Amino acid sequence: MAESIRVEHAAHHDDHHEMSFTEKYVFPLDHKMIAMQYMFTGMFMAVIGGFFAYVFRMQIAFPGMDVPFFGPVTPAAYNSLVTNHGTIMIFWVAMPVLIAAFGNYLIPLMIGADDMVFPRINRLSYQIFLISAVIILAAFFVEGGAFGGAWTAYPPLSTKSQYNLTPLGSTFWITAVALEFVAFLLGGINFITTAMNSRAPGMKMWDIPMVVWMIVIASILFMLSVGPLLAGGIMMLLDQNLGTAFFDPNRGGDPILWQHLFWFFGHPEVYVVLLPAVGIVAEVITVFSRKKLFAYKTVLYTAIGTGILSFTVWAHHQFIAGIDPRMANVFTVTTLLISVPIAEMLFVYIATLYGGSITLTTPMLWALSFIFEFLIGGVTGIFLGASGNDIYMHDTYFVLAHFHYTFYPIAIIGTYAGFTFWFPKMFGRMMNDKLGKIHFWLTIIPFNTIFIPLFVLGAAGHHRRIFDYRNFPELSYPWMWELQHLATYSLIVMLLAQIIFFYNVITSWVSGPIAPKNPWNSNTLEWTATSPPPHGNWPDGLPTVYRGPYEYSHPDRKSSDFWPQDEPA
Amino acid sequence: MILEWLLPSASTYASDINRLFDVITLLVGIPFLVASYLLFSFILRFKAKSGRKALYITGTEHQYIKWIHRAHIPILAFDVIIVVMAVNVWFAVKQNLPEANATVRVIAQQWAWTFVHPGPDNVLDTADDITTINELHVAANTLYHFKLESLDVLHDFSIPAFRLKQDAIPGRVITGWFEATRTGDFLIQCAEICGIGHALMPARIFVESSEQHSAWVEANSPISVAAR
Repeated sequence: MAESIRVEHAAHHDDHHEMSFTEKYVFPLDHKMIAMQYMFTGMFMAVIGGFFAYVFRMQIAFPGMDVPFFGPVTPAAYNSLVTNHGTIMIFWVAMPVLIAAFGNYLIPLMIGADDMVFPRINRLSYQIFLISAVIILAAFFVEGGAFGGAWTAYPPLSTKSQYNLTPLGSTFWITAVALEFVAFLLGGINFITTAMNSRAPGMKMWDIPMVVWMIVIASILFMLSVGPLLAGGIMMLLDQNLGTAFFDPNRGGDPILWQHLFWFFGHPEVYVVLLPAVGIVAEVITVFSRKKLFAYKTVLYTAIGTGILSFTVWAHHQFIAGIDPRMANVFTVTTLLISVPIAEMLFVYIATLYGGSITLTTPMLWALSFIFEFLIGGVTGIFLGASGNDIYMHDTYFVLAHFHYTFYPIAIIGTYAGFTFWFPKMFGRMMNDKLGKIHFWLTIIPFNTIFIPLFVLGAAGHHRRIFDYRNFPELSYPWMWELQHLATYSLIVMLLAQIIFFYNVITSWVSGPIAPKNPWNSNTLEWTATSPPPHGNWPDGLPTVYRGPYEYSHPDRKSSDFWPQDEPA
Repeated sequence: MILEWLLPSASTYASDINRLFDVITLLVGIPFLVASYLLFSFILRFKAKSGRKALYITGTEHQYIKWIHRAHIPILAFDVIIVVMAVNVWFAVKQNLPEANATVRVIAQQWAWTFVHPGPDNVLDTADDITTINELHVAANTLYHFKLESLDVLHDFSIPAFRLKQDAIPGRVITGWFEATRTGDFLIQCAEICGIGHALMPARIFVESSEQHSAWVEANSPISVAAR
């Protein structure tokens, strides 16, 4: 069956060899172009989300100031910026870039296929995603402004306009989120089917590169978890607009129901975006340490184990939300159990470095910093998973700092590792390594000086989503303001440093040195196509696979320290 | 130790939570430091040198994989210690409801707190109850139950100095407890976003000695006020 799909698709693009501009760039069927659409839409949304963070961090550190490029921040504006910063960064940055962009770009190229099996569904997926992005941004321009009830949108605040004061904004918010889920369901179908059916001849299950496995497992997790939330989203839409009472306690509904639906999806979602990032890191650290991935199958099993466990931990977000207190005991145990596979995964990555021959290129710096920063994110999660301690820590800056130490390595560090690693393949040019390293250090140092102060403030009792701490004498000591200022100044430095990245991308794209097929001496199949690969990827015939993806420094191979997957024995 | 240094504690269970925080810090700090040390030492030790080829390790060899397996033992052991301590603290604060000396009602709404104290008869919902806005008065070393309600959206009744936090849900009455250990006044926050006035819900809890508290009750009860 896979063969016939492939033949049909090949025949299809032979007929239309000369594509018009619209066919090629606006409504493309080619997986690489769709990946680029996702990538740059995601980066555009990241700039918006970053700007939001700048505005509300300025307000927190210097309450009441006239924020440059924005103006004074009202409480309503503050709440909608905080809400949409979170929503955009997770659903319109992490998801499109890590799953959709890298998934679309890498899966066909790494498994030796000419395209996705459902190119039209793929195109539809991006189009729905784009519409959802327009809707979430349009909410800022409607009567009442954008929704401001936090990215978790707990009812009744989110369902009743007399409470949230954003009658249209809250409907736009849930509509955009629900559409975005539809987009990724369509994308996920494609990733799973393509990886299972279209692999190059000879590529067995254990020869699939780790990043492809991770995206497939992430897509399965997403498909299994998103159903309840999509249903919840529709219930919320009905509650907001048609007067139903699913979440209205005055008429027999239950606001806590939404929290269960949200977090049943929300916790697996962390691993949906985590897994592609750890997959990218696996590709980068093996290439730049010239080492075989330590215990390939173990990595895979830890990912599957983490995925299964992630369905059993959702109520740790709700310990003090009014659920039956006995439930907290169960969810503390399951939550802490996640430390076992995650620790194993990080140990395996560290073990991969052992005995290697490590070159600190820009992508390698990003990949190594992922391991270190995610380690901090992981260990601080234990504080919150332990129910007794969460009574104090819940809804403080400690929680905020913890999940930024998980999501930031995932969405930002993982993306930069992957983007700088595959840039030569994507654009046919090499990136400037020196600028890349300056960008790395100017991003990673401020990242830590933003969030380490917030751990301290959280432990001292600062609660989240507060627009002005001057109302709270215990939260207004001078040392606390100094930490708030440090975090805000660091954020500004970090945001400005991203200009270096975009400058590097543009100048390298236009005038960087031409990239060879395989600049990093890597084994996987995408490096056997030209840089950038043409439509159909391998016009002279698809590759055949003879070995696994990580045969670096193999003792039987004397001529070089790598052994491409497609080279006959 | 760490939390106490950042924020003084003022309830019976605050010290349990402080201790739990310290133990977790220690037990996650050790694996974190070991893993970080290995990560950075490998990066420095195995930097590429011309003429040296990397080792070929599949990760299935017993001599290497045993280190990964052994690492699970301390992690599981630490997990068990943390779970046992966390569940014990949780049970004491949230699951167990000790006998109360008095009961107060806490009503949250956009964007204020209403507190109903029992009057001189020490029984709630009688004519001598004292109702205040954004001020809760309690006696030290007295075990209180609180009945937590919300009139509109979710709120969260949080007293950081007590290490206490509980969401308020419209349509439900949630009962919890606290016992203050020292006199003074402490911050009450709303810790769950509740609309544009979320930052405008600070209230204070005044912990008084039992004589001071009786005097306050006597002076403020509507019946004694009316009799004057």
